[in-house]
Amino acid sequence: MFRLIGNRLLLLAPTIIGLSVLLFLWVRALPGGPATALLGDKATPEAVARVNEAYGFDRPILEQYFIYMGRILSGDFGNSLLTSRPVLEEFAARFPATLELTAFALLFAVGFGIPLGYWAARNVGRWQDQAAVLLSLMGVVVPVFFLAFILKWVFAVQLGWLPTDGRQDPRIDATHYTNFFVWDGMITGEYDAAWDALTHLVLPGVALGTIPLAIIARITRASVLEVQNADYVRTARAKGLAPRLIRNRFVMRNALLPVTTTLGLQLGLLISGAVLTETVFAFNGIGSFLWDAIFNLDFPVLQGFIIFIAVIYSLINLLVDVSYGLIDPRVRVS
Amino acid sequence: MSSFLRRRIAAVTAAGAAVALVLSGCAQSQRDDSGAEASGGEGDASSVDSQFIFAASSDPKSLDPAFANDGETFRVSRQIFEGLVGTEPGTPDPAPLLAESWETSEDGLTYDFQLKQGVTFHDGTDFNAEAVCANFDRWYNFTGIQQAETMSYYYGKLFRGFADSPEDAVYESCEAVDEHQARITLAQPFAGFIASLSLPAFAMQSPSAMEEFGADEAGGTAESPELSEYARAHPTGTGPFAFESWNVGQDISLSAYPDYWGEQGDVQEITFRVIDDPVARRQSLEAGQIDGYDLVAPADVADLEQAGFKIFTRDPFTILYLGLNQEVEELKDPKVRQAISYAIDKDALIRQTLPEGTKPATQFIPDSVNGYTEDVETYDYDPVKAKELLAEAGYENGFTVDFNYPTGVSRPYMPTPEQVFSNLSGQLAEVGIKVNAVPEKWSPDYLDRVNGTADHGIHLLGWTGDYNDTDNFVGVFFGQQKPEFGFDNPELFTALSEARQEPVLEEQTPMYEEVNRMVSEYVPAVPLAHPAPSLAFAERLDDYPASPVNDEVYNQIELNK
Amino acid sequence: MSVNLPPAAGGPTGDLTPGGSPAPDPASGGLLPGTTGTVVAAGPGRDDGGPVKGTSVWKDAFLRLRRNPAAIAGAVIVALFLLVAVLAPLIAPYPGEAVPGAREITPGHIPGPGELPQFPLGLDRFGGDVLSKLIWGAQSSLMIGVVSTALGLAGGMVLGLLAGAFGGWVDGVVMRIVDILLSVPNLLLAVSIAAVLGQGPYAVMIAIGVSQVPIFARLLRSSMLSQKSADYVLAAQTLGLSRRTITMSHVLPNSVGPVIVQATLTLATAVIDAAALSFLGLGGGRPETAEWGRMLTYAQSELGIAPWLAFLPGLCIAVTALGFTLLGESLREALDPKSRAR
Repeated sequence: MFRLIGNRLLLLAPTIIGLSVLLFLWVRALPGGPATALLGDKATPEAVARVNEAYGFDRPILEQYFIYMGRILSGDFGNSLLTSRPVLEEFAARFPATLELTAFALLFAVGFGIPLGYWAARNVGRWQDQAAVLLSLMGVVVPVFFLAFILKWVFAVQLGWLPTDGRQDPRIDATHYTNFFVWDGMITGEYDAAWDALTHLVLPGVALGTIPLAIIARITRASVLEVQNADYVRTARAKGLAPRLIRNRFVMRNALLPVTTTLGLQLGLLISGAVLTETVFAFNGIGSFLWDAIFNLDFPVLQGFIIFIAVIYSLINLLVDVSYGLIDPRVRVS
Repeated sequence: MSSFLRRRIAAVTAAGAAVALVLSGCAQSQRDDSGAEASGGEGDASSVDSQFIFAASSDPKSLDPAFANDGETFRVSRQIFEGLVGTEPGTPDPAPLLAESWETSEDGLTYDFQLKQGVTFHDGTDFNAEAVCANFDRWYNFTGIQQAETMSYYYGKLFRGFADSPEDAVYESCEAVDEHQARITLAQPFAGFIASLSLPAFAMQSPSAMEEFGADEAGGTAESPELSEYARAHPTGTGPFAFESWNVGQDISLSAYPDYWGEQGDVQEITFRVIDDPVARRQSLEAGQIDGYDLVAPADVADLEQAGFKIFTRDPFTILYLGLNQEVEELKDPKVRQAISYAIDKDALIRQTLPEGTKPATQFIPDSVNGYTEDVETYDYDPVKAKELLAEAGYENGFTVDFNYPTGVSRPYMPTPEQVFSNLSGQLAEVGIKVNAVPEKWSPDYLDRVNGTADHGIHLLGWTGDYNDTDNFVGVFFGQQKPEFGFDNPELFTALSEARQEPVLEEQTPMYEEVNRMVSEYVPAVPLAHPAPSLAFAERLDDYPASPVNDEVYNQIELNK
Repeated sequence: MSVNLPPAAGGPTGDLTPGGSPAPDPASGGLLPGTTGTVVAAGPGRDDGGPVKGTSVWKDAFLRLRRNPAAIAGAVIVALFLLVAVLAPLIAPYPGEAVPGAREITPGHIPGPGELPQFPLGLDRFGGDVLSKLIWGAQSSLMIGVVSTALGLAGGMVLGLLAGAFGGWVDGVVMRIVDILLSVPNLLLAVSIAAVLGQGPYAVMIAIGVSQVPIFARLLRSSMLSQKSADYVLAAQTLGLSRRTITMSHVLPNSVGPVIVQATLTLATAVIDAAALSFLGLGGGRPETAEWGRMLTYAQSELGIAPWLAFLPGLCIAVTALGFTLLGESLREALDPKSRAR
């Protein structure tokens, strides 16, 4: 087990180093070069020269790379061109928001996806199954941003059931310690604030969670179908074990394996989706900040955030693999 | 990474400790306090919801207005700070504010300001002549990166020189004659001096707070300046609202300053929420989550009004024009430029793409600005004449020209550039001028190309006046040779520079009128319209101090609920 | 399993994981395509062509597809949109960027579907004919989808082939490259590429193409690895065929099935991604350019007065993606030896 984790962590290193090389080259490939990218709008030649010297952009490329790596390793990702704040600080301030949103979306996807898939498999071939399959197909083919602004228009603007944007109604005077707003509301006893923060999660969470929901439902359905006919299940049935026991111990447990792997993979999708969703709902997380960074070519932010996201993404996949091992004893042995 | 982790761990520990505090009811009582404060205001404040939520399109760049030049920063700093000079409500004209009156010497070099008494900064210190001088000296003594255009833009632009380059400087010295009289001496005459002081960049800030929180210790480099502690969390002025908190990317809170010298209104608490998408701002208003937002899209105005929302329109202090780059062969010919002027139906353009309240433009300044004159060539819509002129210039069959315009941007003078482009290209096609569309992202691509290179054709651009000053419009556009227009007209440049240097307003006016006539005959660009920016508010808002130069302070807002 | 709709043995992403097993499993049923005729183990039951070159699997799959209503629905949708895309110059009433109705537009009103006879689906904010723009949009969307998928496929095949054929350190290096590409979320990767290349349809194609490379590379590699240990490869090796011959003429052709399935599914994603990128404003060109994603960008601000501007292009994107998904899923099912064996 620990060996598995160790191996995976070792594999992470070349990935991150490779990524840093790519990002390093990327900035140098930007139109106008790194100094112009750094200075933004209107760089005077003197300013460009100053930056080139300060950042060592005039030195040999290999030396530049080591300077760059040195900065990164000492935690200096530079300052955002947009907000003039350290990139690391910007990330830390917004990450809880995105984590909260992603968690909600994933909860929604799993909470509805697995039962839906299971239900479809139980009713395989009947109209329930077909409806579920159709529903999950729709979930995959509708673009996230389209879904987001339609949901918002219908449920927030037209019906007024849910808030249109943001993370918290400013009329509620909430105390924030951790920047996980729902959690903050719970620990401070400001339940109205927690509830309010939760209502702000619903629409973006549903928009973000729809694709994973559809995929999870389909995978659950397929793997339940497969497991149902597996030899050990037949044996268990033949032995006269209670159907409920069979379902819980044999079918579900084994059927969940592929679902677990999918979860890790969904994460990349969720972060891509978060860029679009957070923007539509003016949700102050890393997604909406990335959007601004994209539009303003705030390259220190893009550079730093991509590395953070890659690290987090890889770590989560590692976790998924580990949990995979926990569910499936065979993986543990090998 | 590790320091990041450590910080998170620290935050979690802090949260744990906080739980204990909260269990003892501390946080709860804090909330009650703020509620009591909110309803404890003056007048009928108790009968209205005194929290006012306004949607900003972005975070301010800084809370220190001396180092800013963007609208969102100024919107916030206008609540916190006041300058020596304000504006007459609803006009761009200067009016007394922290200075009750002023006297100018004959030579236009010495200004004596009589200061308002009994004014305090939010940190409790007195506002007096020494504070005034501290501010002027602070600006003058900016060094290094503080002088960069990205920082002290307005001071650099208008006062032209700093202590380390006194030969160009407009400012010379400031003297506290007594507690309430400050004397500013200029090194050279500057007719726009008083008007320029109405800019938020020249607001009075508390010298003691600036020192305590290191306002001038902004770190970083000119490329990516780091905000000082003062500019992040301790802006201290004399205005009706004091700073509370700033959650970057989310909101900024201000609350009424209890010792404000003037009147406090219905609003006791202001929250600026950051919502960068214009559609989201509108929807947020419709859903009742904000009380108002700025720069309402023209298409939304009628819709919102019908739904019961309050629309306030600022008197236009803007100009939208079609720039004609004379580096382009065809555009060198004045007949072609005149033909383009005749080919454009400004009324149709306004009707189809610009907000209500927009006025067609005949020159490059709005009529409230000094030097505006009816006596200019107006080029009323006349496609037949346009074709004749084109034929005379040798383009019977028209010609093709690049048309540069920005995308995905909304400016007060140009809410929907794509639509303006679409409309104008249709109009030009009717007289035989075909356009080749060159759309670009507003910043930096479009601005760089149009302002910095000769590689563009006709293009859309405009301006919103900062304060009432003619040079702030015409001088900016045509005061010198610029790649934007690609022409060299020494006669015009001289006329403008002479007008700018004239210290006496009465003498300046005819000079600018003459400039406007010259420009209208030369047609370096076609003035299209003075678009009127609109704001939309919730129904509970009775009055909003709409100002052509955005000098809108929220203590003047009237609420009915 | 008598399911009409694609039952998805492993979801669209399942192919990347050890969990879903879309790659034909050589162990189960032992039906290996008779590419050479030398090592054919015919599937039980239906074996129409016998050991004739290139028949069994694909012909069989085709027959099965013809009987699957989901496949037919998918094929009809795709064919329809392809036809519209190709015939756009003939059937679209106006050019894509034309604004024939500019005079009918005011800030507060946009004529809707059926309001003006000459514009059956109404106008957009610029005065463009919505019907024409949807038609031209089909062309640009499908063009971007097909080209970018072709790019992704080509890149992925090369990487996958290198990894699968050589193994060892080559495999290690290729897989690290794939890991790096996978560790950046698709959209961010695409946007970063577009930042270097500038705005425009080509940048969008390359951006989407590159972001697809890792999927294909992984898929081809794992599929090749599973083929390599198959009986017929061992047989070929004992016959003394060179490694190169075995790889190029046996392993590779037999590994492309899942890749083709994935390519069909990826077309759906590519159409959606293309819309997302042009929604983000990376499409370049004039604002009136006929692209579904761009139409949605401008539609957002008009939802109140002109909801059709959002619904029509949204519907087109979803239906096109649905067509490719149905087709891909059915193809997957048809090629799956487990269900074939039935």
